[in-house]
Amino acid sequence: MSVISIFFTALFYISLIVFLVGMARKIYQFWITPAPLKIPTAPTPLTQTGVVMRMMREVVLFESLFKSNKWIWLFGWLFHFGLLLVLIRHIRYFWPDDLPDIFLLTQPFKYAAFAMVIGLVGLMLRRIFVERIRYISAPSDYLMLIMLLIIGVSGAVMTFTSNHTDIIMVKEFASGLVSFNWANLPTEVHFLVHIFLVFVLMAIFPISKLLHVPGIFFSPTLNQVDDARLKRHISPWALKQEQEHATRLEQTLGKDE
Amino acid sequence: MAKGFDIPVLPTYLEIPELKEGIMDGEGPFKSVQEFQNPLGFPGEKVDNWQQVAIDKMGELKSKYRSVQVFLDSCVKCGACTDKCHYFLGSSDPKNMPVARQDLFRSVYRRHFTFAGKYFPKLVGAKELDDDMLDDWYNYFHQCSQCRRCSVFCPYGIDTAEISMAAREVMDAVGIGQKYCNQILGKALTIGNNLGLPEPALRDTLLDLEEEIEEETGGVAVKYPLDQKGAEILLITPSADFFAEPHIDGLIGYGKVFHQDGVSWTLSSYASEGANFGMFIGSYDVMRKAALRIRKAALDLEVSRVMVGECGHAWRVAYSFWNTLTGVGAGATDEFAQKLQDQLDHRYPQPQHIIEYTHDLIQRGKLSFDKSANDDRTVTFHDSCNVARATNMGGIPGGQFILPRDVIKAVCNNYVDMERSTIKEATFCCGGGGGLLTDDLMEIRVKGAMPRMQALKAVAKDNGVNTLAAICAICKSQFSKVLPKFDFDPYMIVSVHQLVSEAIIMDKPQIAVKKDQPQTNTDDVTLAETAET
Repeated sequence: MSVISIFFTALFYISLIVFLVGMARKIYQFWITPAPLKIPTAPTPLTQTGVVMRMMREVVLFESLFKSNKWIWLFGWLFHFGLLLVLIRHIRYFWPDDLPDIFLLTQPFKYAAFAMVIGLVGLMLRRIFVERIRYISAPSDYLMLIMLLIIGVSGAVMTFTSNHTDIIMVKEFASGLVSFNWANLPTEVHFLVHIFLVFVLMAIFPISKLLHVPGIFFSPTLNQVDDARLKRHISPWALKQEQEHATRLEQTLGKDE
Repeated sequence: MAKGFDIPVLPTYLEIPELKEGIMDGEGPFKSVQEFQNPLGFPGEKVDNWQQVAIDKMGELKSKYRSVQVFLDSCVKCGACTDKCHYFLGSSDPKNMPVARQDLFRSVYRRHFTFAGKYFPKLVGAKELDDDMLDDWYNYFHQCSQCRRCSVFCPYGIDTAEISMAAREVMDAVGIGQKYCNQILGKALTIGNNLGLPEPALRDTLLDLEEEIEEETGGVAVKYPLDQKGAEILLITPSADFFAEPHIDGLIGYGKVFHQDGVSWTLSSYASEGANFGMFIGSYDVMRKAALRIRKAALDLEVSRVMVGECGHAWRVAYSFWNTLTGVGAGATDEFAQKLQDQLDHRYPQPQHIIEYTHDLIQRGKLSFDKSANDDRTVTFHDSCNVARATNMGGIPGGQFILPRDVIKAVCNNYVDMERSTIKEATFCCGGGGGLLTDDLMEIRVKGAMPRMQALKAVAKDNGVNTLAAICAICKSQFSKVLPKFDFDPYMIVSVHQLVSEAIIMDKPQIAVKKDQPQTNTDDVTLAETAET
């Protein structure tokens, strides 16, 4: 194996481990942090089914964002949906054997790269040209968009221009990562830039704003059922505090002041 | 504060303003002092190692509140909330954009609690909590009414109110409290209400009110019982209701409705307050203490129903938090909560809103109205933020929007809603909530009221609306002050139960008949009173 292949192979595993460990820790942190009070935001579902429906609408359709701002919604949704389709199509590279027929259906998903890039460009333009969004942007916000744009564009260049990468080698390399049969990777610069940034993005996922992905599922304003009068909702720390102090407090309050 | 400022001009269409950085910079509201801080368990003045205390407190809060942790990590700076805050729309100060307000807190969180912020602070916008930052916290977290409008529009449901509460709790922990909130909490926790009305004053007020109503109704003896043991309903209402217009007209309305229903009810002098400012300062413990007074009153008075008057955040605390804090509702395990559970009548929701109660009576045909009594009014309804976005009524989806409107329509012939994007869950705040209802914050109160006033002006012009009805004491007080600043009549703000009060047809008293009967006077009075209660 070439040095560069070894480097990228190692980078993949390091990034993957950082991603998995980091995300597991963050999700665990979200999980164990109690939500001591019922704080769902209207329009609030009164049942658990309602909450599931609400989360689905938020995750799939970006409902709140739609109500908020049509442009951000359009670009944001194009980007995310495009990314999803493109990712699904990428499974073929990691698949160790001959592709099952079902993957034929994902072939048109390559055009989703355009949706992804258009969405990213739109978000970038908003960030640069809309004064109030420029005001709230930190350098990392631009950097993240730039990285994703380079990933999207480099991928599209390989797919839609004559700068094709040796797809057989890509498949051998990628499926080799999964099945531990390591192989050399193509060294065209488009491809190297493409996967380098993907690996970097994977590694910084748990320490960046990409945490919105698990975060949305833990958001108490979205995931709580509005049944405060029917069921008592209490967190472990509040219950402990209550058991320790309840009687004493009641006595204190009982005093004539 | 005496500082002069421009009153915003109401635009025909609400537009997103150009940023005017620093326009709302300032010292914030009056700071609290030792005598108000210490009783709540906060240091009396800024502690020496305040930075460390603050960072430690932030660490504690993010591990106790999932909202704080998740909201700090999840924001992508998409900008969806940037034009949703009434204080930003009214003031143009970019730090009043919800995400920018949160970032005052988030940038410090990043610096101290995240990898990226520790090692690449510039890249991710991480900052130290220095004196300037603390000043910004004090100033701008007291320009947030915790109305939660931004959270409705955030794709992750990030609620600036939670961050604003956390920031205020951190500031209280280092000894930088806000005078208005903490002084009021002191009164609520010792005297029993925010106004500091002691029992004799309260009793006098209620007696005066009874006389006034009897006169006005031509002899209907509507009673305002205080500390009446064994009454069915304990009414917890904002103490503003005992005091000033338009609040007191709402209290008159509640009394008339209770009278017509023939139910026994009482107020408590020990817990005469519905508002719970513990929520505004983010303190679970203080909020719980205030709520426990109400549980104690309910137990001592042996009532079977607890009802909340027209008060926005009081209703939020009651509806969403009482059950958690003290077990009013569905059952905590400590002995007092269990005793209360046994005592409460679970055929009714506990606690219940006065609007739910009146609505139910109307539905069952137990009240009759002369709607023409309100014919001089064309009414619109202001959805108070905490009721609209954080509670429910009637157990039906969106009941908190439907029930108050139903009640108004049952007592008025002319009702018009304001523009869709400014009501219901998207309602604009009055501008005075969240512990901002103090004269030293008048500038932000007036500017923050602009979007609501703009929507009101549109229906006033197009539909002849001359009455703004609300079910929150803070909204009512705030509107009384700011309406004239925008050339509206300050008396156009009314309680929903004032409208009820004006239209309700009271049964004429039996007293006149009984007086003709050959009985002794004392018996008459006893009889009449029995009949009334």
